[in-house]
Amino acid sequence: MKTMKKLFAAALVTTALAPLVLAGQAIAAKTSLVMGMALEPPHLDPTAGAPAAIDEVVYANVFEGLTRIGSKGEVLPALAKSWEISADGKTYTFNLHHGVKFHDGSTFDAEDAKFSLDRARAEGSTNAQKALFAGIDSVTVKDANTLVVQLKTPAGNFLFNMGWGDAIMVAPETAEGNKVNPVGTGPFKFGSWVKGASVNLVKNGDYWGTPIALEKATFRFISDPAASLSAMLAGDVDAFANFPAPETMPQLRADPRFKVVIGSTEGETILSTNNTKPPFNDVRVRRAIAHALDRQAIIDGAMFGLGTPIGTHFAPHHPAYVNLVDQYPMDLEAAKKLLADAGHPNGFKATLKLPPPTYARRGGEIVAAQLRKIGIDLEIIPVEWGVWVPEVFKAKDYDLTIVSHTEPMDIGIYSRDAYYFNYSSDAFNATIAKLNETTGEAERYALMAQAQKIISQDAVNGFMFQFAKAGVWNAKVNGLWENSPVQANDLTGVSWSD
Amino acid sequence: MIMFLIRKILWATATLAVASVLVFATLEIIPGDPAQVMLGINATDEAIAALRQDLGLNKPVLERYFSWIFGMLQGDFGNSYTYSVPVNELVADRITISLPLALLSLLLSTVIAIPLGLYSASRRGSLADTSIMALSQVGIAIPNFWLALLLVYFLAIWLQLVPAGGFPGWDAGFVVALKSLLLPTISLALPQAAILSRITRSALLETLGEDYIRTARAKGLSTGATIWKHGMRNAMIPVLTILGLQFAYLLAGTIIIENVFYLPGLGRLVFQAISLRDLIVVESVVMMLVATIIVINLIVDLAYLWVDPRLRHRSA
Repeated sequence: MKTMKKLFAAALVTTALAPLVLAGQAIAAKTSLVMGMALEPPHLDPTAGAPAAIDEVVYANVFEGLTRIGSKGEVLPALAKSWEISADGKTYTFNLHHGVKFHDGSTFDAEDAKFSLDRARAEGSTNAQKALFAGIDSVTVKDANTLVVQLKTPAGNFLFNMGWGDAIMVAPETAEGNKVNPVGTGPFKFGSWVKGASVNLVKNGDYWGTPIALEKATFRFISDPAASLSAMLAGDVDAFANFPAPETMPQLRADPRFKVVIGSTEGETILSTNNTKPPFNDVRVRRAIAHALDRQAIIDGAMFGLGTPIGTHFAPHHPAYVNLVDQYPMDLEAAKKLLADAGHPNGFKATLKLPPPTYARRGGEIVAAQLRKIGIDLEIIPVEWGVWVPEVFKAKDYDLTIVSHTEPMDIGIYSRDAYYFNYSSDAFNATIAKLNETTGEAERYALMAQAQKIISQDAVNGFMFQFAKAGVWNAKVNGLWENSPVQANDLTGVSWSD
Repeated sequence: MIMFLIRKILWATATLAVASVLVFATLEIIPGDPAQVMLGINATDEAIAALRQDLGLNKPVLERYFSWIFGMLQGDFGNSYTYSVPVNELVADRITISLPLALLSLLLSTVIAIPLGLYSASRRGSLADTSIMALSQVGIAIPNFWLALLLVYFLAIWLQLVPAGGFPGWDAGFVVALKSLLLPTISLALPQAAILSRITRSALLETLGEDYIRTARAKGLSTGATIWKHGMRNAMIPVLTILGLQFAYLLAGTIIIENVFYLPGLGRLVFQAISLRDLIVVESVVMMLVATIIVINLIVDLAYLWVDPRLRHRSA
C-alpha cells in the first residue's frame, strides 16, 4: 500500500513537472521536425519506383530536378535557373545554376543533367514514369552550365514533366546507390534510415540556394490510424501531412495545440467506366449515371465529409480549373428518361469492381445504392490491387470501377490509345495535341478548360470528388503545404514560431 | 536419449522441407507481380520487363525454388526486391526488437502467472482464489490491442511517462529503448499471464489430487513443501507446453501490437512485404519462423525430459 502511494505521488509530481519541462524547451525555437507518414517508402530513389512515399520523403528535400512544382501546381525554376524555348517549341535550352554540389561534394553540371535524363529514357531503364521522357530526341551539353534538350514534337507540358520526382538530377557516381543512400543536391542530406521506423534527414550546410530553417527532419512511419492519433496527442509526432484517421478530425480540431488544414490533392476519384462496353458505349447511359450520382452523399459517407465535388477530371486548386459540377446536376427523373431513351426503361445489371482502399469500397456501396434508384443493379466485386491491375487496368475486363487518379495534371490520359476507359474522341485528342504544342500560359489554360468541358459533356466517367489532403500539425509549425499538387512533403519553407 | 534426438531432428528436417514447398507454392499462386507493384500502374511494359529481368523473376519456377533453398542452406536469403538490401540484414534489424519484446513479455507473464497460479491452487475456493480467477478471466477476454490503447491513453497521452509508440533503436540508449518497449511488453504479457495462471492452477490442482501427494502429506510433509517438491514439478509439463506455444506466438503473432505501437518488428516486416509483394522477404522470414518454432518445440521436448525422469527412460 505504501509503495502504491509512492507511485501515485511520483506520477503526480511528474505530471506537474511536465509543463515546466516543456516550457523550458520552448525558449529557443525548435529546429527539428518529426513528420508522420502512413506508409514507409520501399527505397529512396524516385527514379526507380512509383510509391508516393518515396517522393514524400526525398522530393525537394534531398533531390531536385531542373524545374520544381510549387505549392499551387505551378512550374518553378530549380537547378535550371532559367530556360529558353525555340520558336518551334522543340528545343529547350536550360541555364543551370553555378556552384551546385551534390551531397558527396562533387559538382553538379550539365554532364550530370545529361546523364540523369539519358539514364531515365535508356533501354532497360526501370523508371516508373518512363513516358515522361519518351518525347526527348536528344540531350546535349553546350557548356558546363548549359543543357540543350531536343524534343521530337513540341510538348507544352515538358517543363512540368521535368519537375516530377521521377525526373530528379542524380550523379553518375552515386546513382546506383540512391535506393539506400540517396545523394542529391537538395537542402537536406540523407542521415539514417531505421528500417520500418523512420528516415532522418539533416541540413545540408553547403546548399546552393536559400538556406532552410530546420536542422533536422525525421519521417516516422505509422500505419495504424489509432496509433497516429496517439502519436499526435502524445507529441511524438509534430505533423501529419496526410492524416490517416479522418474520423478523429473533430477531436483534433477542438484542441488548440493543433492546426487542422484540409486541402486538396491531385487525386480525382472517379467511377471509371468502360466506354466501349454496352450499354456504357451509349453516351445517354453515361449521362444518366452522372445525373444519378449524389456527390456530397458519397463524400459524407465514404470520406467523413472530406473532399471536393468535381464535374471533370481536373484539380480544383489549379488556376485552369472549370467548375462543371452542374453539367449534369443530380436529377433522377432526367436520369430515368435518358435510360429509357437509350432503350433501358427498366434499367440493367452490371458489375462494379472495387480495389481495396476505403474510398473505393465504401464509396462503391453508396454509388451502387444511388444507381439502384434509376434501375441500374450493380453487382459489387471486391478485388486486390494485384488483381485490379491485370484485370481492370490492363485487360479492361470490367464495367465500372472506382479509383483515385493521383498523378498531377493527368487529363491527357483521356487521349491515350487503349487506356482502360476505352474513350476516344477526335475533338478531345485535337485539343490535347494543340495543348502539347502550346507553350504560352494563357493559351494553355484556355485549352485545358476546353479539354475539361469535352470529357464532362461526354460523361466519360462518373466524376465524383477530389481527394482531400487532411493535414494535422502542431500549431507552432509554419510553412507546410496546404494542398499537394505533387505527392511530396516539401520542408524547405518549414519553421517553428517563437 | 540419442535415438530420441535423432528422431526429433529427422522429423524437424522433414517438416522444414514440406513447409518450404508450401510457402513457396502459396506465394507463387497469389496474384500480383512484384515488378508491377513497384513501378505502379503508369509504368511502361518495357520498364516492367527490365525490372523483372533485374530481379530474376523471369527464370523458371523450379530453378528459382532450388536457388532459394540452396541459398538458405548457405545462410544467404537473397536480396529484398523493394528495399534492395540482403534479407539477412533486414531480419537482423527487426529481430533486435521482436526477440527482446517476446522474451520480456514471456518473462513478465511467467513472473506474474506462476506465483498467482500456485497461490490460487493452494488456497482453492478462498476469496483470493476466486478473485484471481475472475481477474484472469477478464485478462483472457480483453484483446491485447485494446489493452494497448488504454495503456497508451493513460501512460503516454495523459501522464506522458512513456512514448506512445515507436522505437528509437538500441543506439539511443538502453533505458530509452527499454522504455519504449514497456507498454508493448505489458500489453502482450497480461493476456498471456491470464492464460498461464489458469493453466498453472488447474495443473497443480490435478497433481494435488494424486495419491502420492496424499502419501507425502500422510508422511507429515508440510503443505508448502508438498506443493513445492511434489506438486509443482509434476504440474510443469502442461505449463511448459503452454510456455513454448506462447513464445512462438509472441515472436510471430505480434503484428497487431507492432502496429498499435508502430514498432519496426518482424511482424510489421512480413505485413509490409506481403502488400508490396516482396516475395523473397516473405518466404525467407516465414521459413525462419518455421525453423524457430521447430527449435522451440525441440527445446520444450527436452525440457519434458528434464522435469520428468520417466520420459527419459521411456525414450532411451
